[in-house]
Amino acid sequence: MPSAITLNGLTRRFGALTAVDGVSFAVEEGTIFGFLGPNGSGKSTVIRMLCGLLVPTAGGATVGGLDVVRESEAIRQRIGYMSQRFSLYEDLTVFENLTFYGRVYGLTGDRLQARRQAVMDLTHISDRQHQRAGILSGGWKQRLALACALIHEPRILFLDEPTAGIDPVARRELWDLLFQLAGEGVTFFVTTHYMDEAERCTTVGYIYLSRLIVCGAPKDLKRLPGVTPAGTSRYEVRCLAPDGGSVATQGLPLLRRLPGVRDATIFGEAIHILVDAQVGPEAIRAAAQGNGIARAEVRPISPSLEDVFVTLTALEESRRRPGPPGRG
Amino acid sequence: MRGFLAAIYKEFIHIRRDPATLILTLAIPVMQLALFGYAINTDVKNIPTIVYDLDQRRAGRELIAAYRNTDYFRIVGEVHSDRELNDAIVAGRAKVGIKIPADFSRRLSTDRQASVLVLVDGSDSSVAMNALNVANAVGLRTSLDRLVESSPAGVPLVPVEIRPKMLFNPDIKSANFIIPGLIGIIMQNITVLLTAFAIVRERERGTLEQLLVTPIQPLALMLGKLIPYGIVGFIETCMVLLVMRWVFGVPIHGSLVLLLFFSFLFLLPSLGLGLFISTVATNQAQSYQMAFFIIMPSILLSGFMFPRESMPTIMYYLGYLLPVTYFLDILRGVILRGAGFGHLWYDAAALVAFGAVILVVSALRFQKRIA
Repeated sequence: MPSAITLNGLTRRFGALTAVDGVSFAVEEGTIFGFLGPNGSGKSTVIRMLCGLLVPTAGGATVGGLDVVRESEAIRQRIGYMSQRFSLYEDLTVFENLTFYGRVYGLTGDRLQARRQAVMDLTHISDRQHQRAGILSGGWKQRLALACALIHEPRILFLDEPTAGIDPVARRELWDLLFQLAGEGVTFFVTTHYMDEAERCTTVGYIYLSRLIVCGAPKDLKRLPGVTPAGTSRYEVRCLAPDGGSVATQGLPLLRRLPGVRDATIFGEAIHILVDAQVGPEAIRAAAQGNGIARAEVRPISPSLEDVFVTLTALEESRRRPGPPGRG
Repeated sequence: MRGFLAAIYKEFIHIRRDPATLILTLAIPVMQLALFGYAINTDVKNIPTIVYDLDQRRAGRELIAAYRNTDYFRIVGEVHSDRELNDAIVAGRAKVGIKIPADFSRRLSTDRQASVLVLVDGSDSSVAMNALNVANAVGLRTSLDRLVESSPAGVPLVPVEIRPKMLFNPDIKSANFIIPGLIGIIMQNITVLLTAFAIVRERERGTLEQLLVTPIQPLALMLGKLIPYGIVGFIETCMVLLVMRWVFGVPIHGSLVLLLFFSFLFLLPSLGLGLFISTVATNQAQSYQMAFFIIMPSILLSGFMFPRESMPTIMYYLGYLLPVTYFLDILRGVILRGAGFGHLWYDAAALVAFGAVILVVSALRFQKRIA
C-alpha cells in the first residue's frame, strides 16, 4: 500500500534545543497512526512541520506525496487538522462555522451545501446546526471540529489529542467515526495519551525526548525483545484479603523484595511483574503472603502497550545516561 | 484572495452576535463628544469677581459697572476689608478682586491720577491672562472717555485705530475649534482598538491556529477583518458629524462629500495601526496598552488640545509622525474654513502614504507569524 505520510530524518531545532531529532517513519494510506509520547517530547512540533506551519531544520517529509517545505500550500488544501483545544468560533453557530470553513477551502454554491450536509450527517450534528458552538458539550464540540476538518474531503487528517477531556461514551463514538472514515481510505495521524486508544491504532509510534523510540503495530511492539527480555516472564498477581477484596498496595512491597523481580507496578486491582524466568508462579505466590493478604492468584500475561512504553522508556534512559541500571 | 469573502462573512457575524459591544462602540464616541464638547471650554467669561469699594461714590460705581458690562467679570459680592478681599481669592470664591481706594472720586475730580487695585488669581493661566487684558482695556477705555469729555469737540483723540476682523468662527467659540478635533481623536481611538482586538482575540482564543492550517491567505484574512471594522468606523464618523452639526451647532463650511472622503482616507492609517499592534501583542491586555501608547501622544501632540506652533521644535516635528495630526488639519480646514481639496491635498497624501506603509509592514509581520 502507498504511503500517505513519510518522514525522513525530520529534525527541528529551536536555538540550542533539538525538539525533534532525526525522526523517520511512514504511514500507510487508510490507516490510523497513533503518535504517542510524554508532553514536551516533540509530538506537536512534528505535526506542525507536517502541516506546513514550521519549516524543518534538517531532513524532510511528504504528506500525500507533497513536500512539506516546497508544497505546503498544496498540502493545506488536502489535509484536515483538529487541535487539542477547541479552536472554532464559539459565537458562530454550527452551520456558520461549517460555512466559513467551507468557503475558506474554496467551496461555493451547491458544492458547499452538499458538503456541509454530508459532514453534518456523518457526525450526526444536523439537529444542532443552529446552536452556537460555544454552548455545545465537549463531545459535540469535538464532532463539530471533526466536521469542519472534513468539509473539504481531505484524504489525510491530523488530530491532536482529539478525545482529551471528553466523556467515555463520546470518546467511543468519535473512534467509531474514525474507523468508518479509515475504512473509506482516509488516513489519520492521531496523538493521544490513552492506551486503549493506542491499542486501536493500526500503527503506533512512540517519541521520547525528541527521538522516535519505536514504531509498529501494537501486537508487534508487545513481542519486541526489549519489552520482555530473554530469560524473563511477565505475570499478573492478584493479592486478596480474607474477605476476597483486592489488596494490591499491600502486596507491592513484598513482591519488590523478592529476588529476581525486575519490575513491579500496580495495574488496576492487580500487580504486573517482570521476573527472571527461573522464578516460577509458586515462588511469587509464596512471596505474596502476610501483610493482610490471605492468598495471591498468579497468571502469566503478555505485556500491555503501557508495559511496552514504560519498559522502552527505561531502556532508552539507561542507554542515553549510563548509570545505575534498573531505574523506572 | 482565497478566503477573503469568507473572512468578511465571519467578521460580520461576530459583530452582529455581540450587540453590546457594537452599541458601546457606537454610543461611547457620541457620549464622549457630548461630554467633552460641553466640558472643554476655553472661553473665559463670567470670571467671579469681588469688589472692595472704599469710595462709595458715582465714579467708583461707574467703573464697576463698566467691568460688569464686559461679560468677562461677574460681581459675586462686596467686601469691607483688605483681609476679606484676600480671603475671598484664597478660598476660590473669586478669581479677581477690585479695590477702589477712598480717594478715587476726589482725585479724579481734581484732575489727578487715581489708581485702582486689581488682584488676579494667577493659578489658572488662561483666566488670568484674559482678566488682566480686559481689566487693562477697561481702565484705558474709562481714561479715554474722560479725556474725550474734556477735549474740544471734533478732535480725534485716538490717532490710530485697529479694526480686527475674525475671518472664521467670528464669535471665537472654542467649541468650534475643539469639536472637529475631538472627532479625529475619537475616530482614531475606536478604529485602532477595534482592529487591534479583532486579531489578537483570535490568537488568544486559539482560533488563529486552526485558520493557519487552512489555505486562507494572510492578506485576505487581514482585509476581511479591516473592511467590516472600517465600515463601523465610517458609520461612527457620520454619527459624530451629525452630533457636531445638530447638537453643538458647528456648521460645516466646506463640502460634506469631501469631508467623508478624507475621513475614509484617515481610516487607512488608523486601521493599519490597529493591525500593526495586533501583530505585536499576544493578548488583549497588551494590545490595549500599546494602543494607549498611540492614543496619548495623539491627544497631546496632534494639536488637538495645544497649538503645535507653540511647542518645542522636537515636539512639533514628532506630531508629524501621527496620522491624526493631518486629519485634524483636514477636519478644521473643511469644517471651519471651508477648505477644498486644493488646500488640503498634502494632508490627504500624507494619510495615504502613512496608511500604505503601516499596512504593508503589518502584512509582512503577519506573514512571518504564520510561517
